[in-house]
Amino acid sequence: MKKRIALTLVVVGLLFGGGTLFAQDASTADTIKLYKQAFDMIWMVMAAALVFFMQAGFAMVETGLTRAKNAGNIIMKNLMDFSAGAIVYWAIGFGLMFGADSGGILGVSKFFLVGADPATYRDWMFQVVFAATAATIVSGAMAERTKFSAYLIYSVVVSAIIYPFFGHWAWGGGWLGQMGFHDFAGSTVVHSVGGWAALAGAMLLGPRKGKYVKVGGKTVVKAIPGHNIPLAALGVFILWFGWYGFNAGSTLSGTDLSIAHVAATTTIAAAAGAVFAMFTSWVWFGKPDPSMALNGALAGLVAITAPCGAADPIGALIIGIVAGILVVLSVEFIDKVLHIDDPVGAVSVHAVNGAWGTLAVGLFANPANIDGVSGLFYGGGLHQLGVQAVGVLTAFVWVMATGLILFAILKGTIGLRVTSDEELRGLDTGEHGMEAYSGFQIFTTM
Amino acid sequence: MKLITAYIQPHKLNDVKEELYKAEVYKLSVTNSLGCGQQKGYTESYRGVDIEVNLLKKTRLEIAVNEDFVQRTVDAIIRGARTGEIGDGKIFVTPLEECIRIRSGETGKEAIG
Repeated sequence: MKKRIALTLVVVGLLFGGGTLFAQDASTADTIKLYKQAFDMIWMVMAAALVFFMQAGFAMVETGLTRAKNAGNIIMKNLMDFSAGAIVYWAIGFGLMFGADSGGILGVSKFFLVGADPATYRDWMFQVVFAATAATIVSGAMAERTKFSAYLIYSVVVSAIIYPFFGHWAWGGGWLGQMGFHDFAGSTVVHSVGGWAALAGAMLLGPRKGKYVKVGGKTVVKAIPGHNIPLAALGVFILWFGWYGFNAGSTLSGTDLSIAHVAATTTIAAAAGAVFAMFTSWVWFGKPDPSMALNGALAGLVAITAPCGAADPIGALIIGIVAGILVVLSVEFIDKVLHIDDPVGAVSVHAVNGAWGTLAVGLFANPANIDGVSGLFYGGGLHQLGVQAVGVLTAFVWVMATGLILFAILKGTIGLRVTSDEELRGLDTGEHGMEAYSGFQIFTTM
Repeated sequence: MKLITAYIQPHKLNDVKEELYKAEVYKLSVTNSLGCGQQKGYTESYRGVDIEVNLLKKTRLEIAVNEDFVQRTVDAIIRGARTGEIGDGKIFVTPLEECIRIRSGETGKEAIG
């Protein structure tokens, strides 16, 4: 509040000093209000554009970490989960999430943006790109074997129902938010929701052919290398870039002077995540692994998404370090122990680190940053940590339950998986009748 | 000495390699190739326009063996590559005049083995 008053004074000073035309016929208070609205409008629509660009990041990460014969299919999934998702989020999702609250469970107005004012358009624009982020996370975990038609239906259901319900509970005035659950930009609301849906999908879908091979009764884990690491790296840089809209934009106001604080903690955690994923892979595998380091940067970003406003820089550093180590261990555990095939590490990056980041609010939140949010290490006791844990657990139960039901229905009706022959030849020719790299000779022997 | 050249479906390479390994044939070269045989091509489409693809992607194996290894090598390739469908491929066996190992200068039977 103090910061906003300070800014207001600056604006007033400028107005009087500059002697603008506006100040002459409107009262100063009205002018200030208009300027504040303008600041909010510009900042949030620009942040929405940054978050939109994260779709390009996801597309590049997933394309790079999978095989050339499926690249066109990955691009189609990323284009369509946004496009189909945006339409249903306009029709249903936004209303369920941010409409007038009914019993703390769901929203019941604003469907189809009926009667929207400029502020509602602004909020929809900012929220639709978040919904699309949650939806697109699943694409990577289910890459290289999912039927395109089944994926389209999944995209629609997640953006229309699964994401908005949980979003309402946490952000739309629902019961989690009323409890004091703090998820600044969506470690749980966006990333864990996407991540757990990815886990549900990958579990029901089964591994890619040749990923887990039975040799004499023992399961041997095989590597299926991605075909373009520079493209994956470009994707991670784009995601990191877009994340400044994701986190700093979640201040929801252009006159909120904590924007820079949020951007700084975001940067520190992402950097720490990359560095410590690299070190962990170095110690674990003997060499610093590029794809793990890339996953590490994303893990740091996901983890800091909830506490980016509440944590101090030192807290952000520790959150990033833990995220970097955690993502490597989680990828190893899911691959080598659970034998769930997640080609890009989406579950480890988004679900596991989303949960970690959300819990980290209960540890590292400094009440000096956000009133009433106080972590264990800042004298807040266990209360906030407990509330955060309720949110994390609720996301897991809700998304796993609805996700498993959705994917089971798809599996039982139109089928979730392409034929074995199509999988071997590649989904580009099988699903789309074309090739991503026409004119190149590509070894498709696995 | 014989040179065994086989054209197989690319996605059967792993199975063929496994069968060759079981038959104790460890040395081979693999290259990409394009070709057409009895298997008709298929159509792709680009922006709504059909493209006939009649040169299909195949994988070529070359294995140089001594006489006593010819039959088991051929059998191993067939075990790995056969699905019973058109397009499984072909195997050619041709006589090989000479073989020289560059490192040691060995020739003939020793160089192959």
